Amino acid sequence: MNLFTNLESLSLYLPELMAVFLILAIFLSESLPNYRHLTFNISIIGLLLIAFTMFVVPSSNKLLFQGMIVNDSFSYYFKYLIILSTFSVILVSKKDNSVINEVKGEYYGMLVIIMLGMFTMVSAKNLLMIYLSIELVSIPSYIIAGISKNDKESNEASLKYVIYGSFASGIMLFGLSFLYGLTGSTDINFIANNLITNDNPLTLYISILFILVGFGYKISMVPFHYWTPDVYQGAPITVTAFLSVAPKIAGFAIMIRFFYTLFAGSSLDVNWPELIAIFSALTMTIGNILALKQVNIKRLLAYSSISHVGYMLLAFSIVGPQSISSIMFYLFFYLFMNLSAFYMAMYMSKAYNANNIDDWNGIASKAPILSFFMVLSLASLAGLPPTSGFVAKVYILRNIFIGEQFMWLAVVAIINTVISLYYYFSIVKAMYFMENPDLEAKKSDKFLFWSIIIFSSQNILFYFYWSQLWDYLDSLVSNMGII
Amino acid sequence: MDSWILSLLIFIPVIGSVAMLMASNSIGKENKNIYKIIALIATGLQLILAAILYINFDPSLGIEESPFTVQVDWISSFNIQYFIGVDGLSMPMVLLTALLSFLCIGISWNIKKAPLGYFALFLLLDAGMMGVFLSMDFFLFYVFWEVMLLPMYFLIGMWGGPQRHYAAIKFFLYTLFGSVFMLLGMLALYYYAPDGNTFNLIELIKQAPRIEASLWGYDMKFLIWISLFIGFAIKVPVFPFHTWLPLAHVEAPTAISVILAGVLLKMGTYGMLRISYPLLPGEVVNFSFILALLGVINILWGAINAIAQTDMKKMVAYSSVSHMGYVLLGMAAVVSTESAGAEAGLNGAVMQMFNHGTITAMLFMLVGVLYDQAHHRWIVYPDDYEKPELAGKLAFGGLASKVPVFNGFIVLAFFAGLGLPALSGFISEALCFIGGFSAFRVLTIIGTLGILLNAIYFLRAYQRVFLGPFNEDYKDLKDMSNRDLAIILPLAFLTLLFGVYPQPLMNIISNSLNKIIIIVQPYI
Repeated sequence: MNLFTNLESLSLYLPELMAVFLILAIFLSESLPNYRHLTFNISIIGLLLIAFTMFVVPSSNKLLFQGMIVNDSFSYYFKYLIILSTFSVILVSKKDNSVINEVKGEYYGMLVIIMLGMFTMVSAKNLLMIYLSIELVSIPSYIIAGISKNDKESNEASLKYVIYGSFASGIMLFGLSFLYGLTGSTDINFIANNLITNDNPLTLYISILFILVGFGYKISMVPFHYWTPDVYQGAPITVTAFLSVAPKIAGFAIMIRFFYTLFAGSSLDVNWPELIAIFSALTMTIGNILALKQVNIKRLLAYSSISHVGYMLLAFSIVGPQSISSIMFYLFFYLFMNLSAFYMAMYMSKAYNANNIDDWNGIASKAPILSFFMVLSLASLAGLPPTSGFVAKVYILRNIFIGEQFMWLAVVAIINTVISLYYYFSIVKAMYFMENPDLEAKKSDKFLFWSIIIFSSQNILFYFYWSQLWDYLDSLVSNMGII
Repeated sequence: MDSWILSLLIFIPVIGSVAMLMASNSIGKENKNIYKIIALIATGLQLILAAILYINFDPSLGIEESPFTVQVDWISSFNIQYFIGVDGLSMPMVLLTALLSFLCIGISWNIKKAPLGYFALFLLLDAGMMGVFLSMDFFLFYVFWEVMLLPMYFLIGMWGGPQRHYAAIKFFLYTLFGSVFMLLGMLALYYYAPDGNTFNLIELIKQAPRIEASLWGYDMKFLIWISLFIGFAIKVPVFPFHTWLPLAHVEAPTAISVILAGVLLKMGTYGMLRISYPLLPGEVVNFSFILALLGVINILWGAINAIAQTDMKKMVAYSSVSHMGYVLLGMAAVVSTESAGAEAGLNGAVMQMFNHGTITAMLFMLVGVLYDQAHHRWIVYPDDYEKPELAGKLAFGGLASKVPVFNGFIVLAFFAGLGLPALSGFISEALCFIGGFSAFRVLTIIGTLGILLNAIYFLRAYQRVFLGPFNEDYKDLKDMSNRDLAIILPLAFLTLLFGVYPQPLMNIISNSLNKIIIIVQPYI
């Protein structure tokens, strides 16, 4: 084993160390009145520096900190996605008034703490690390969900999030302790080796189910999704945008690492793929059906994000390298299409105070450019060609044909695609077909404007590098060493 | 030039719509005519290219030998190719698409609301249609197939009639429902192909019949056939999937109704002939009786519904359902044990696809001309009409003497629609019936009732609107303008030409159709 001592590990742990310093710097500048206005710039520059460090410090398969953490290329890919979403959310938060100015600095700090937690989450190799990192993500998330302290809905969101989150992580901890009891170790590689001789499949099954509660809560998998719509609706919209993307990216990363390290290659009679397949069908169907009747945009997008988790779980239910790369492929495009849709909602709520679909009526004639790109994002979310959402969905579906399992799941998925079209296009209908003569054209701030355009044009531009991205992910997964 | 012409056919409209967007930035809002002029130039160029293609087209060459074929890798890791080509099956559809798109720009010349959006979306729709007929790679085919949905949704939903929002989303949901099943069928073909995964439709002709797999106790080929059939049948539309059609056709603006009925419906039957027939010949044979049955139901159900309509446009829409039934019946005749019967059936089906495109375009266009002046298109006012004193009364009457030129064309269009000999509809319907008769005797005899039913609604509508005492409300009605004449003359000419001399059309298609017959016949 390539175990590194703690001191040696630090050299490969530079991005995370930088994040720690960034957090300190943000809180420091926030508490000094003279430097307060610099907090935003410090966060932005700090994140850029972290990204740069990630370029410089190579990924390696060596186990750091006595096997607690591994900064392999698999985790690097997710870290890039996470840092990108954090960076972009901070960028558009500057002019946004859903988070009041007095707490903006703390809010940036919390975002970076969450980012650090996710960095740890995607590299965790130990049950303790997994639990700690999930908590490191969750606790600041509770805070930023309630960061608009004068807003009742925001408080409610935070409280619901806390109660649900602590319950889920408690159950998960219980499941992890079962796993420890079965094998006597918290290192997941060690556990995987010991589980081969396990003669107690029922305990293992219960343990897996309990651990799934924790992961499922993080990625809002049905039936652990109940917090999602309420938190998404109540939280400030920038927070919602962040929560709808980043924790899901990290959640899928840890799920993939955990399940594939534990079970891939061994002939355990724990049928977790079937479990995931059932959860996948439930997640996309319930997410989509509940989205149909939503009138609040944030709530609608919350349910839509649940259904997207269902599609990714579909790929997860087929064991194989292709399905991992297709999830990574999907997450990449999901980040762009979902964030651009949320940014448009942010623009609407800021400029027109529009929270319901009806408030979007006739916006196409007042903001034609942004509306056009919103249609692109929605078409992509619905999975219509020629957008990236379609290609991502095709790559998800093809796992079923490669695995030749769960064909029924493919039928469920495509019927769900049709259902989802209805509610996505109810937004388009409001934007383009309805008229509202009272509406005035309003400017948006340029960060938000360009974020929407850049993130949304991604839905078409991917044709230029689709092949390269896929080949890259394919080789990345095959070199990962856990299949 | 040879290898560029097909790509240009697809992408000239795209270039046109980009040019419009650029023009909108530079010229500002005052000059709204620029958009339709750009659209006219783009579709005009496309029509010229299609004509050049037609002149240089050699029907004896298959896709692989044709000089026009382009085949380059697009996404090599997924084996997707940019593979476009033209053969006898797609040639008439390409001509039809180019011609109708060009004429439809003329029909929509007076669009006032948001002309930039209208014409830009129209050109994208045009590109999608052209792409469907030229794609020889299933993935590419699917992408183009779906690219049309979004422009169509907006064109119906923004520029349509009173119920346009509902019509637009209903159209969208129905067709998407069909195409996602097609997507599954496509992926199944890709992964179960015995000699390596491919989307190449020409290559799949060799591979697909050898697929050996089963799922849930069914043969995989059967499941693929079903999933493709759902996709194509909704587009045709085959009974009982047809309910989106009357609504969409009636609510859409005239030009879009023309495109819907003239081109989009043909995509369903084109897809079956291009993909289902050569790839899954065994299933075609097993399924042919059901196909013929559905065809006959379409003929009769469409016609009976058309008789019941009081709205002229809805009547024309249902007549499309009926006429597409002939195509299905002709296609089902491929299993006829006499090769002449199979040939007649398939030739009739493809000719009917082309001829129905021109005839229905005339019908919709003429109804549109009338609607533009009268602002309604009732044959008889419905019972729940907003003015109760008019409910149940004839809406028009005696227009024949008031608008003689219009009357002349509507006579031509109605008679072509009901299949009068010496007009193009007759030849193709007769061929469909000849083919159908050699394969399914009883069904075809029942189906011929459709001719009678067609005559009932067309003649009755003609009588109620154009004959009888003149309704003085319409004394200001003007006859067709020069623009209307320019639009309808090419269509009328083709109707007459192929009615008396169908040889040019036959020559193009028969070779490719014979290949399909040769593939299917051994499975009988």
